[in-house]
Amino acid sequence: MASDQIVRDRPAATPPRPQDGRRSARRRSRLRTAGWAMFFLLPSGVPLLLFTFVPMVSSAWVSLHEWNLISEMQWVGFANYAHLLTDPTTREVFGHTVLYIVGYFPLVYAGGLALAVVLNRRLAGRTFFRAAYFLPVVTSWVVVALVWQWLLNPSNGLVNQILGFLNLPQPGWWTDPSWAMASVILASAWKDLGFVMVILLAGLQTIPQELYEAARIDGASAWQQFRRVTLPLLSPSTFFVVVISLINGFQVFDQVYVMTGGGPAGSSQVVVGQIYELTFRYGRAGEASALSWLLFAVILAVTAVQIRGQRKWVHYA
Amino acid sequence: MPETTTPGTTTPGTTPGTTAGTAAGQPPTVRRRWSARGGGDGAPPRADVGRVLLYLGVGLGGLIMLFPFLWTVVTSITPGGNLSGGPSLIVEDPTMDAYRTLFDTLPMWRIVLNSFGIAVASTLCQLVTGSMAAYGFARLQFRGKNVIFALYLATLMVPLQVLVVPLFIQMTRLNLNDTYFALLAPSVASAFGIFLLKQAMESVPRELDEAATIDGASHLRIYATVILPLVRPALATLTVFAFMSSWNSFLWPLVVVRSPELMTLPLGLSTLHGQFTTEWNVVMAGSVVSILPIAIVYMFAQRHIIAGMAHTGFK
Repeated sequence: MASDQIVRDRPAATPPRPQDGRRSARRRSRLRTAGWAMFFLLPSGVPLLLFTFVPMVSSAWVSLHEWNLISEMQWVGFANYAHLLTDPTTREVFGHTVLYIVGYFPLVYAGGLALAVVLNRRLAGRTFFRAAYFLPVVTSWVVVALVWQWLLNPSNGLVNQILGFLNLPQPGWWTDPSWAMASVILASAWKDLGFVMVILLAGLQTIPQELYEAARIDGASAWQQFRRVTLPLLSPSTFFVVVISLINGFQVFDQVYVMTGGGPAGSSQVVVGQIYELTFRYGRAGEASALSWLLFAVILAVTAVQIRGQRKWVHYA
Repeated sequence: MPETTTPGTTTPGTTPGTTAGTAAGQPPTVRRRWSARGGGDGAPPRADVGRVLLYLGVGLGGLIMLFPFLWTVVTSITPGGNLSGGPSLIVEDPTMDAYRTLFDTLPMWRIVLNSFGIAVASTLCQLVTGSMAAYGFARLQFRGKNVIFALYLATLMVPLQVLVVPLFIQMTRLNLNDTYFALLAPSVASAFGIFLLKQAMESVPRELDEAATIDGASHLRIYATVILPLVRPALATLTVFAFMSSWNSFLWPLVVVRSPELMTLPLGLSTLHGQFTTEWNVVMAGSVVSILPIAIVYMFAQRHIIAGMAHTGFK
């Protein structure tokens, strides 16, 4: 995590000291930094520990039991995990989730970046547009799902009418097992565009304008400025968007639940959808917890790879 | 709109050359203008096709984005609120009946006040706890930092659907169920906000706090007077998202709230689906009530999201 920069920062932070007291001075300064770290981290650390970490550990404990939320828990060891790993449904729901991410992320990122860049310009009515593009983010999934089910209605929906007018094939969208996930992806990308836009807009604000002036004086074209100034300096925000989008993408649930309910025929069921069904419908809380820990392992691995890889492309000040 | 924008559609002098956005998908006209600017500004104003296309695209896109919201508003003032004909934006005999029904059947003021109070409290807590932790991760060098940060991030990786049951049991043991405290407690800190602010702080040049350190400023002082003002856009962004996530949160309040006095907006609105299965106008009126406050928060925050660079003092 950019520790190289922090290390570079240290000598400046510690004033030079006389030669003899150097070791104890360094220890004192390290202790002082540890004190500061406690001071800055405790206000968030304590609530996260109590209200997220402790429940996480409990759910790990639950995952080793058979439990229907009502009667006593039955110890089963790793049986839940063993069952999940051999159950073809597990592979299916993970497959659908990955498919969702692969379709959703490029759409929402490209769209959000284009929007942020365009709406960062001096544009008449810019404030209005920024609000308009953000509205779907705050609109409830129930309403959004209704609208998209209508837009993507196979027989009289707007999208298929346009496709028919253009003589293109008209898919069955959310009523067709092979198109259900595509419908969820479209609606999700549409809804989350504003989310990515806002984060990247905030990121664009921290790029010093002088860099663009310097680039222009050096004769850089608009594209070169975008490529060489905007993208690198936006990379901390981009990194945030990528990491958070993947963490959230793996936990996609609401939109699937309200748009397709995981159907038709389980064709769009995702991991958290399965967890929800197992817990609240089938009363198999142990198995649901185990599944969520498998999901956790996947998300952790994906995030760790990104944090490792960030050195190659994320530029911190 | 609070922000005054200079419409630069016709005058060549207002080339948006200083903004970051001029690059993506721009036709070569813009580039030519830059070089023309360097060589002297004699060119007569001419129709800028690229700009017109840009407005068309942004405008059309904006309409598509606005449509569901407009439809929600229209349905909420349509008598009977029929959905069978597909979304329509035409209202015959607009009426506020749905809003009246909404406020008659539910203790709406109490519900809105509950939601608002919890959202404001949770947002303020997240701004304080989040910016402090972000400063720790971005600016302090201490042992185990990466591991601790990974643990923070890990709290985002287990779905809420799994956590609510253990959390509920834990709250029952502490005898805290059905209290404001239980509603608020899980959202006083969020790794999402910490990560967001940390990324913003990492892009603040270190020269600024190094200078402050040499002047003898403590970490607390650097945090409060150097770093915080510089990450205002990110703080505003977090304000919007923290407020929104508390305002919309459904599953946890559903599990932890029993008494009607503690009911929050999403809970109240969910009862409408049971009581008025066909009265979509009431459901949509509820949606409008739930969207407007966040839209207002966003409009206020937006000014700060955008106004970042004006006061940073970069040379």
